[in-house]
Amino acid sequence: MLDFSILTENLDMYLLGFKNTIMSSLVALISSLILGVLIAIMRIAPIKPLNWLGTAYVEFIRNIPLLIITFFFFLGLKLSGLYAGTLALTIYTSSFIAEAIRAGILSVPKGQMEAARSSGLTYGQAMRLVILPQAVKIVIPPLGNQFINLVKNSSILAVVAGLDLMYHGDLISSRTFVVFDVYIFVAAFYLILTIPLSFGVGYLEKRLAKSN
Amino acid sequence: MIVFDRVNKYYGDFHVLKEINLTIKKGEVVVVIGPSGSGKSTLLRCINRLETISQGSLSINGLNVADKKTDINKLRRNIGMVFQHFHLYPHKTVLENIMLAPRKVLGQSEDEAKKIALKYLDKVGIGDKANSFPSQLSGGQQQRVAIARGLAMGPEIMLFDEPTSALDPEMIGEVLDVMKALAHEGMTMVVVTHEMGFAREVADRIVFMDEGRVLEEATPAEFYANPREERARLFLSRILNH
Repeated sequence: MLDFSILTENLDMYLLGFKNTIMSSLVALISSLILGVLIAIMRIAPIKPLNWLGTAYVEFIRNIPLLIITFFFFLGLKLSGLYAGTLALTIYTSSFIAEAIRAGILSVPKGQMEAARSSGLTYGQAMRLVILPQAVKIVIPPLGNQFINLVKNSSILAVVAGLDLMYHGDLISSRTFVVFDVYIFVAAFYLILTIPLSFGVGYLEKRLAKSN
Repeated sequence: MIVFDRVNKYYGDFHVLKEINLTIKKGEVVVVIGPSGSGKSTLLRCINRLETISQGSLSINGLNVADKKTDINKLRRNIGMVFQHFHLYPHKTVLENIMLAPRKVLGQSEDEAKKIALKYLDKVGIGDKANSFPSQLSGGQQQRVAIARGLAMGPEIMLFDEPTSALDPEMIGEVLDVMKALAHEGMTMVVVTHEMGFAREVADRIVFMDEGRVLEEATPAEFYANPREERARLFLSRILNH
Protein backbone atom coordinates (compact mmCIF):
# COMPACT_ATOMS: atom_id res chain seq x y z
CA MET A 1 0.00 0.00 0.00
CA LEU A 2 1.03 3.57 -0.57
CA ASP A 3 2.48 5.29 2.43
CA PHE A 4 0.41 8.48 2.65
CA SER A 5 2.54 9.83 5.43
CA ILE A 6 5.13 10.59 2.75
CA LEU A 7 2.61 12.93 1.21
CA THR A 8 1.33 14.51 4.38
CA GLU A 9 4.73 15.00 5.98
CA ASN A 10 6.22 16.57 2.86
CA LEU A 11 3.13 18.35 1.67
CA ASP A 12 4.72 21.80 1.81
CA MET A 13 7.51 20.66 -0.51
CA TYR A 14 5.13 18.94 -2.88
CA LEU A 15 2.96 22.06 -3.03
CA LEU A 16 5.91 24.37 -3.58
CA GLY A 17 7.05 22.22 -6.47
CA PHE A 18 3.52 21.95 -7.78
CA LYS A 19 3.17 25.73 -7.69
CA ASN A 20 6.44 26.23 -9.57
CA THR A 21 5.48 23.64 -12.16
CA ILE A 22 2.17 25.42 -12.73
CA MET A 23 3.89 28.80 -13.01
CA SER A 24 6.55 27.55 -15.35
CA SER A 25 4.04 25.65 -17.50
CA LEU A 26 1.63 28.54 -17.68
CA VAL A 27 4.29 31.04 -18.69
CA ALA A 28 5.75 28.63 -21.25
CA LEU A 29 2.29 27.77 -22.57
CA ILE A 30 1.26 31.36 -23.22
CA SER A 31 4.60 32.49 -24.60
CA SER A 32 5.05 29.42 -26.78
CA LEU A 33 1.57 29.95 -28.21
CA ILE A 34 2.33 33.55 -29.12
CA LEU A 35 5.76 32.65 -30.48
CA GLY A 36 4.29 29.67 -32.34
CA VAL A 37 1.63 31.77 -34.07
CA LEU A 38 4.27 34.29 -35.14
CA ILE A 39 6.56 31.59 -36.52
CA ALA A 40 3.65 29.90 -38.33
CA ILE A 41 2.68 33.18 -39.99
CA MET A 42 6.33 33.78 -40.92
CA ARG A 43 6.38 30.41 -42.66
CA ILE A 44 3.18 31.06 -44.60
CA ALA A 45 3.33 34.78 -45.41
CA PRO A 46 4.10 35.55 -49.05
CA ILE A 47 7.55 36.91 -48.18
CA LYS A 48 10.42 34.54 -48.99
CA PRO A 49 13.06 35.61 -46.42
CA LEU A 50 10.48 35.29 -43.63
CA ASN A 51 9.62 31.78 -44.87
CA TRP A 52 13.27 30.77 -44.68
CA LEU A 53 13.72 32.25 -41.25
CA GLY A 54 10.62 30.48 -39.94
CA THR A 55 11.63 27.17 -41.48
CA ALA A 56 15.16 27.44 -40.10
CA TYR A 57 13.81 28.13 -36.62
CA VAL A 58 11.41 25.20 -36.64
CA GLU A 59 13.83 22.69 -38.12
CA PHE A 60 16.66 23.72 -35.83
CA ILE A 61 14.74 23.85 -32.58
CA ARG A 62 12.54 20.80 -32.90
CA ASN A 63 15.40 18.58 -33.95
CA ILE A 64 17.58 19.03 -30.89
CA PRO A 65 16.78 17.58 -27.47
CA LEU A 66 14.97 19.79 -24.99
CA LEU A 67 17.66 18.95 -22.45
CA ILE A 68 20.36 20.53 -24.58
CA ILE A 69 18.35 23.70 -25.08
CA THR A 70 17.90 23.82 -21.32
CA PHE A 71 21.63 23.36 -20.73
CA PHE A 72 22.30 26.13 -23.19
CA PHE A 73 20.39 28.62 -21.06
CA PHE A 74 21.48 27.15 -17.73
CA LEU A 75 25.17 26.47 -18.31
CA GLY A 76 25.74 28.74 -21.31
CA LEU A 77 23.84 31.83 -20.30
CA LYS A 78 24.01 31.09 -16.56
CA LEU A 79 20.31 31.64 -15.96
CA SER A 80 18.70 30.17 -12.85
CA GLY A 81 17.23 26.70 -13.28
CA LEU A 82 13.63 27.93 -13.21
CA TYR A 83 14.24 30.61 -15.84
CA ALA A 84 16.48 28.47 -18.03
CA GLY A 85 13.98 25.61 -17.97
CA THR A 86 10.95 27.77 -18.66
CA LEU A 87 12.70 29.58 -21.49
CA ALA A 88 13.87 26.32 -23.05
CA LEU A 89 10.39 24.86 -22.71
CA THR A 90 8.90 27.90 -24.42
CA ILE A 91 11.29 27.82 -27.34
CA TYR A 92 11.14 24.07 -27.77
CA THR A 93 7.34 23.87 -27.66
CA SER A 94 6.87 26.90 -29.90
CA SER A 95 8.46 25.04 -32.81
CA PHE A 96 5.88 22.25 -32.51
CA ILE A 97 3.04 24.70 -32.04
CA ALA A 98 4.16 26.61 -35.11
CA GLU A 99 3.95 23.42 -37.13
CA ALA A 100 0.50 22.56 -35.80
CA ILE A 101 -0.81 26.03 -36.59
CA ARG A 102 0.80 26.08 -40.01
CA ALA A 103 -0.81 22.72 -40.83
CA GLY A 104 -4.16 24.08 -39.62
CA ILE A 105 -3.94 27.15 -41.81
CA LEU A 106 -2.87 25.11 -44.83
CA SER A 107 -5.75 22.69 -44.35
CA VAL A 108 -8.29 25.45 -44.95
CA PRO A 109 -9.23 25.04 -48.63
CA LYS A 110 -7.43 27.40 -51.00
CA GLY A 111 -10.75 28.60 -52.37
CA GLN A 112 -11.49 30.36 -49.09
CA MET A 113 -8.55 32.71 -49.52
CA GLU A 114 -9.43 33.20 -53.20
CA ALA A 115 -13.04 34.03 -52.42
CA ALA A 116 -12.01 36.45 -49.70
CA ARG A 117 -9.32 38.15 -51.79
CA SER A 118 -11.52 38.39 -54.88
CA SER A 119 -14.09 40.31 -52.82
CA GLY A 120 -11.48 42.98 -52.16
CA LEU A 121 -10.27 41.97 -48.69
CA THR A 122 -6.55 42.42 -48.08
CA TYR A 123 -4.34 39.40 -47.32
CA GLY A 124 -4.33 40.34 -43.63
CA GLN A 125 -8.10 40.75 -43.46
CA ALA A 126 -8.68 37.48 -45.28
CA MET A 127 -6.29 35.72 -42.91
CA ARG A 128 -7.86 37.19 -39.81
CA LEU A 129 -11.54 37.07 -40.75
CA VAL A 130 -11.77 33.99 -42.96
CA ILE A 131 -8.79 31.65 -42.64
CA LEU A 132 -7.76 31.77 -38.97
CA PRO A 133 -11.26 31.25 -37.51
CA GLN A 134 -11.51 28.06 -39.56
CA ALA A 135 -7.95 26.99 -38.78
CA VAL A 136 -8.52 27.31 -35.02
CA LYS A 137 -10.98 24.42 -35.04
CA ILE A 138 -8.55 22.18 -36.85
CA VAL A 139 -5.65 23.20 -34.63
CA ILE A 140 -7.27 22.68 -31.21
CA PRO A 141 -6.59 18.91 -30.90
CA PRO A 142 -2.89 18.98 -31.88
CA LEU A 143 -2.44 22.12 -29.80
CA GLY A 144 -3.94 20.32 -26.82
CA ASN A 145 -1.41 17.54 -27.28
CA GLN A 146 1.41 20.06 -27.30
CA PHE A 147 0.15 21.68 -24.10
CA ILE A 148 -0.05 18.33 -22.33
CA ASN A 149 3.45 17.49 -23.51
CA LEU A 150 4.61 20.86 -22.28
CA VAL A 151 3.34 20.24 -18.76
CA LYS A 152 5.06 16.85 -18.64
CA ASN A 153 8.23 18.18 -20.27
CA SER A 154 8.45 20.81 -17.54
CA SER A 155 9.97 18.03 -15.41
CA ILE A 156 13.19 18.86 -17.27
CA LEU A 157 13.54 21.67 -14.74
CA ALA A 158 14.54 19.07 -12.14
CA VAL A 159 17.79 18.48 -14.03
CA VAL A 160 18.86 22.10 -13.63
CA ALA A 161 17.57 22.58 -10.07
CA GLY A 162 14.50 24.38 -11.36
CA LEU A 163 12.53 24.03 -8.11
CA ASP A 164 9.63 22.32 -9.87
CA LEU A 165 7.54 19.34 -8.83
CA MET A 166 9.99 16.74 -10.09
CA TYR A 167 12.89 18.50 -8.41
CA HIS A 168 11.08 18.47 -5.09
CA GLY A 169 10.21 14.83 -5.65
CA ASP A 170 13.92 14.08 -6.01
CA LEU A 171 14.58 16.05 -2.87
CA ILE A 172 11.96 14.23 -0.83
CA SER A 173 13.18 10.90 -2.16
CA SER A 174 16.79 11.51 -1.20
CA ARG A 175 15.72 12.70 2.20
CA THR A 176 13.39 9.84 3.05
CA PHE A 177 15.14 7.09 1.07
CA VAL A 178 11.73 6.20 -0.36
CA VAL A 179 11.56 6.05 -4.13
CA PHE A 180 8.41 4.40 -5.34
CA ASP A 181 5.80 6.15 -3.20
CA VAL A 182 7.38 9.56 -3.57
CA TYR A 183 7.20 9.48 -7.35
CA ILE A 184 3.69 8.03 -7.37
CA PHE A 185 2.58 11.19 -5.58
CA VAL A 186 4.59 13.30 -8.01
CA ALA A 187 2.79 11.58 -10.87
CA ALA A 188 -0.54 12.24 -9.17
CA PHE A 189 0.23 15.95 -9.05
CA TYR A 190 1.05 15.95 -12.76
CA LEU A 191 -2.25 14.22 -13.44
CA ILE A 192 -4.09 16.95 -11.54
CA LEU A 193 -2.79 19.31 -14.21
CA THR A 194 -2.93 17.19 -17.34
CA ILE A 195 -6.28 15.43 -16.96
CA PRO A 196 -8.33 18.65 -16.74
CA LEU A 197 -6.25 20.05 -19.61
CA SER A 198 -7.09 16.99 -21.65
CA PHE A 199 -10.81 17.25 -20.90
CA GLY A 200 -10.77 21.01 -21.48
CA VAL A 201 -9.36 20.51 -24.96
CA GLY A 202 -11.95 17.83 -25.68
CA TYR A 203 -14.75 20.13 -24.55
CA LEU A 204 -13.46 23.01 -26.66
CA GLU A 205 -13.19 20.72 -29.65
CA LYS A 206 -16.81 19.65 -29.30
CA ARG A 207 -18.09 23.17 -28.80
CA LEU A 208 -16.28 24.49 -31.85
CA ALA A 209 -17.41 21.56 -33.97
CA LYS A 210 -21.03 22.46 -33.24
CA SER A 211 -20.81 25.78 -35.05
CA ASN A 212 -20.09 23.95 -38.29
CA MET B 1 -14.03 47.65 -70.65
CA ILE B 2 -11.96 44.46 -70.30
CA VAL B 3 -9.17 44.32 -72.86
CA PHE B 4 -6.75 41.42 -73.35
CA ASP B 5 -3.92 42.45 -75.66
CA ARG B 6 -1.62 39.64 -76.78
CA VAL B 7 -1.74 38.02 -73.36
CA ASN B 8 0.44 34.98 -72.70
CA LYS B 9 0.69 32.94 -69.55
CA TYR B 10 3.03 30.13 -68.62
CA TYR B 11 3.04 27.70 -65.73
CA GLY B 12 6.73 26.84 -65.86
CA ASP B 13 7.13 25.35 -69.33
CA PHE B 14 3.43 24.92 -69.86
CA HIS B 15 1.97 27.59 -72.13
CA VAL B 16 -1.55 28.04 -70.73
CA LEU B 17 -2.69 31.15 -72.56
CA LYS B 18 -1.42 31.92 -76.03
CA GLU B 19 -1.63 35.36 -77.63
CA ILE B 20 -5.06 36.16 -76.24
CA ASN B 21 -6.75 39.17 -77.82
CA LEU B 22 -10.19 39.80 -76.45
CA THR B 23 -12.29 42.84 -75.76
CA ILE B 24 -15.35 42.75 -73.57
CA LYS B 25 -17.62 45.77 -73.61
CA LYS B 26 -19.76 47.18 -70.84
CA GLY B 27 -23.03 45.31 -70.46
CA GLU B 28 -21.88 42.44 -72.61
CA VAL B 29 -22.42 38.81 -71.66
CA VAL B 30 -19.52 36.73 -72.91
CA VAL B 31 -19.61 32.97 -72.54
CA VAL B 32 -16.31 31.13 -72.76
CA ILE B 33 -16.54 27.50 -73.81
CA GLY B 34 -14.06 24.84 -74.80
CA PRO B 35 -12.69 21.48 -73.74
CA SER B 36 -11.14 20.91 -70.30
CA GLY B 37 -7.63 22.26 -69.95
CA SER B 38 -8.13 24.78 -72.72
CA GLY B 39 -7.35 27.71 -70.41
CA LYS B 40 -10.90 29.04 -69.94
CA SER B 41 -10.74 29.27 -66.16
CA THR B 42 -7.21 30.66 -66.24
CA LEU B 43 -8.38 33.36 -68.64
CA LEU B 44 -11.19 34.26 -66.27
CA ARG B 45 -8.96 34.23 -63.20
CA CYS B 46 -6.52 36.62 -64.84
CA ILE B 47 -9.22 39.28 -64.97
CA ASN B 48 -9.18 39.79 -61.18
CA ARG B 49 -5.54 38.74 -60.86
CA LEU B 50 -6.14 35.47 -59.07
CA GLU B 51 -3.65 34.46 -61.77
CA THR B 52 -0.98 36.77 -63.10
CA ILE B 53 -0.23 37.08 -66.78
CA SER B 54 3.27 36.46 -68.11
CA GLN B 55 3.26 38.69 -71.20
CA GLY B 56 1.04 41.19 -72.95
CA SER B 57 -1.37 43.57 -71.31
CA LEU B 58 -4.70 43.23 -69.62
CA SER B 59 -6.67 46.30 -68.65
CA ILE B 60 -10.01 47.00 -67.04
CA ASN B 61 -11.54 50.43 -67.59
CA GLY B 62 -8.10 51.50 -68.77
CA LEU B 63 -6.42 50.28 -65.59
CA ASN B 64 -3.52 47.90 -66.11
CA VAL B 65 -4.30 44.77 -64.08
CA ALA B 66 -0.74 43.43 -64.11
CA ASP B 67 0.82 46.71 -62.99
CA LYS B 68 2.22 46.44 -59.46
CA LYS B 69 1.09 50.01 -58.82
CA THR B 70 -2.54 49.15 -59.49
CA ASP B 71 -4.40 48.81 -56.21
CA ILE B 72 -5.63 45.27 -56.73
CA ASN B 73 -8.00 45.37 -53.77
CA LYS B 74 -9.70 48.43 -55.19
CA LEU B 75 -9.97 46.81 -58.59
CA ARG B 76 -11.43 43.64 -57.10
CA ARG B 77 -14.23 45.52 -55.35
CA ASN B 78 -15.59 46.19 -58.77
CA ILE B 79 -15.45 42.58 -59.94
CA GLY B 80 -17.64 39.90 -58.40
CA MET B 81 -16.54 36.30 -58.71
CA VAL B 82 -18.53 33.10 -58.47
CA PHE B 83 -16.64 29.81 -58.20
CA GLN B 84 -17.46 26.28 -59.22
CA HIS B 85 -17.36 25.10 -55.61
CA PHE B 86 -19.06 28.21 -54.15
CA HIS B 87 -16.38 28.84 -51.51
CA LEU B 88 -18.84 30.23 -49.00
CA TYR B 89 -17.32 30.81 -45.56
CA PRO B 90 -18.49 27.78 -43.55
CA HIS B 91 -18.10 29.47 -40.16
CA LYS B 92 -20.38 32.36 -41.07
CA THR B 93 -24.12 32.50 -41.66
CA VAL B 94 -25.51 33.31 -45.10
CA LEU B 95 -26.07 36.89 -44.04
CA GLU B 96 -22.55 37.23 -42.59
CA ASN B 97 -21.10 35.72 -45.75
CA ILE B 98 -22.71 38.44 -47.82
CA MET B 99 -22.03 41.28 -45.38
CA LEU B 100 -18.34 40.61 -44.75
CA ALA B 101 -16.79 42.40 -47.72
CA PRO B 102 -19.26 45.34 -47.81
CA ARG B 103 -18.56 45.92 -44.12
CA LYS B 104 -14.79 45.48 -44.19
CA VAL B 105 -13.93 46.73 -47.66
CA LEU B 106 -16.57 49.36 -48.39
CA GLY B 107 -16.96 50.32 -44.73
CA GLN B 108 -20.74 50.00 -44.74
CA SER B 109 -22.55 50.13 -41.41
CA GLU B 110 -24.03 46.94 -40.02
CA ASP B 111 -27.59 48.08 -40.82
CA GLU B 112 -26.77 49.23 -44.31
CA ALA B 113 -24.89 46.04 -45.15
CA LYS B 114 -27.72 43.94 -43.76
CA LYS B 115 -30.33 45.79 -45.78
CA ILE B 116 -28.33 45.30 -48.98
CA ALA B 117 -27.61 41.66 -48.18
CA LEU B 118 -31.29 40.91 -47.62
CA LYS B 119 -32.19 42.71 -50.84
CA TYR B 120 -29.86 40.49 -52.86
CA LEU B 121 -30.91 37.35 -51.00
CA ASP B 122 -34.48 38.10 -52.01
CA LYS B 123 -33.32 38.73 -55.52
CA VAL B 124 -31.75 35.27 -55.74
CA GLY B 125 -34.85 33.82 -54.14
CA ILE B 126 -33.66 32.65 -50.72
CA GLY B 127 -34.46 35.49 -48.35
CA ASP B 128 -35.66 32.93 -45.82
CA LYS B 129 -32.20 31.37 -45.48
CA ALA B 130 -30.47 34.49 -44.15
CA ASN B 131 -29.57 32.97 -40.80
CA SER B 132 -28.68 29.48 -42.01
CA PHE B 133 -25.13 28.21 -42.27
CA PRO B 134 -23.88 27.22 -45.73
CA SER B 135 -23.75 23.54 -44.72
CA GLN B 136 -27.52 23.61 -44.20
CA LEU B 137 -28.19 24.65 -47.81
CA SER B 138 -28.38 22.68 -51.03
CA GLY B 139 -25.72 23.22 -53.67
CA GLY B 140 -28.03 25.37 -55.76
CA GLN B 141 -28.89 27.53 -52.78
CA GLN B 142 -25.23 27.86 -51.84
CA GLN B 143 -24.35 29.00 -55.32
CA ARG B 144 -27.16 31.57 -55.25
CA VAL B 145 -25.79 32.88 -51.96
CA ALA B 146 -22.37 33.12 -53.62
CA ILE B 147 -23.93 35.19 -56.41
CA ALA B 148 -25.65 37.43 -53.87
CA ARG B 149 -22.31 37.79 -52.07
CA GLY B 150 -20.71 38.99 -55.28
CA LEU B 151 -23.56 41.36 -56.11
CA ALA B 152 -23.62 42.95 -52.66
CA MET B 153 -20.38 44.77 -53.47
CA GLY B 154 -22.16 46.51 -56.33
CA PRO B 155 -19.66 45.38 -58.96
CA GLU B 156 -19.64 46.42 -62.59
CA ILE B 157 -18.39 43.03 -63.71
CA MET B 158 -19.34 39.52 -62.61
CA LEU B 159 -17.12 36.54 -63.35
CA PHE B 160 -18.55 33.02 -63.27
CA ASP B 161 -16.18 30.06 -63.23
CA GLU B 162 -18.23 26.99 -64.15
CA PRO B 163 -20.96 28.00 -61.70
CA THR B 164 -23.15 24.96 -62.34
CA SER B 165 -20.55 22.23 -62.83
CA ALA B 166 -20.64 21.05 -59.22
CA LEU B 167 -24.42 21.05 -58.96
CA ASP B 168 -27.00 18.29 -59.13
CA PRO B 169 -28.84 18.48 -62.46
CA GLU B 170 -32.03 19.50 -60.69
CA MET B 171 -30.39 22.59 -59.23
CA ILE B 172 -28.73 23.91 -62.34
CA GLY B 173 -31.88 25.65 -63.50
CA GLU B 174 -32.33 27.81 -60.42
CA VAL B 175 -28.78 29.13 -60.68
CA LEU B 176 -29.00 29.75 -64.41
CA ASP B 177 -32.27 31.64 -63.88
CA VAL B 178 -30.55 34.04 -61.50
CA MET B 179 -27.76 34.53 -64.02
CA LYS B 180 -30.21 35.14 -66.83
CA ALA B 181 -32.01 37.78 -64.81
CA LEU B 182 -28.68 39.43 -64.10
CA ALA B 183 -27.78 39.41 -67.79
CA HIS B 184 -31.09 41.05 -68.69
CA GLU B 185 -30.37 43.83 -66.22
CA GLY B 186 -27.29 44.74 -68.20
CA MET B 187 -24.55 43.33 -65.94
CA THR B 188 -21.22 42.80 -67.66
CA MET B 189 -20.66 39.08 -67.34
CA VAL B 190 -17.90 36.68 -68.28
CA VAL B 191 -19.06 33.11 -67.87
CA VAL B 192 -17.07 29.93 -68.23
CA THR B 193 -19.58 27.13 -68.61
CA HIS B 194 -20.58 23.94 -70.34
CA GLU B 195 -24.24 24.96 -70.34
CA MET B 196 -24.89 25.29 -74.04
CA GLY B 197 -28.54 26.22 -73.60
CA PHE B 198 -27.56 29.12 -71.39
CA ALA B 199 -24.90 30.23 -73.86
CA ARG B 200 -27.30 30.13 -76.75
CA GLU B 201 -30.02 32.01 -74.93
CA VAL B 202 -28.12 34.62 -72.97
CA ALA B 203 -24.70 35.22 -74.50
CA ASP B 204 -24.02 38.24 -76.64
CA ARG B 205 -20.88 36.53 -77.76
CA ILE B 206 -19.35 33.10 -77.51
CA VAL B 207 -15.62 32.66 -77.17
CA PHE B 208 -14.34 29.22 -78.05
CA MET B 209 -10.97 28.23 -76.60
CA ASP B 210 -8.73 25.26 -77.23
CA GLU B 211 -5.18 24.59 -76.04
CA GLY B 212 -4.78 28.09 -74.66
CA ARG B 213 -5.94 29.95 -77.77
CA VAL B 214 -9.12 31.78 -78.58
CA LEU B 215 -10.07 29.90 -81.73
CA GLU B 216 -13.35 31.53 -82.46
CA GLU B 217 -15.49 34.47 -81.39
CA ALA B 218 -19.03 34.69 -82.66
CA THR B 219 -22.61 35.41 -81.76
CA PRO B 220 -24.44 32.32 -80.52
CA ALA B 221 -26.52 32.21 -83.69
CA GLU B 222 -23.45 32.15 -85.91
CA PHE B 223 -21.52 29.84 -83.68
CA TYR B 224 -24.13 27.14 -83.31
CA ALA B 225 -25.32 27.27 -86.90
CA ASN B 226 -21.96 27.28 -88.53
CA PRO B 227 -18.76 27.21 -86.50
CA ARG B 228 -15.83 28.30 -88.65
CA GLU B 229 -13.21 26.22 -86.90
CA GLU B 230 -13.01 22.47 -87.32
CA ARG B 231 -12.11 22.07 -83.63
CA ALA B 232 -15.20 24.01 -82.57
CA ARG B 233 -17.34 21.94 -84.90
CA LEU B 234 -15.99 18.75 -83.36
CA PHE B 235 -16.51 20.07 -79.83
CA LEU B 236 -20.08 21.06 -80.56
CA SER B 237 -20.96 17.77 -82.19
CA ARG B 238 -19.59 15.92 -79.18
CA ILE B 239 -21.50 17.82 -76.56
CA LEU B 240 -24.72 18.50 -78.44
CA ASN B 241 -25.29 15.00 -79.81
CA HIS B 242 -25.34 12.78 -76.82
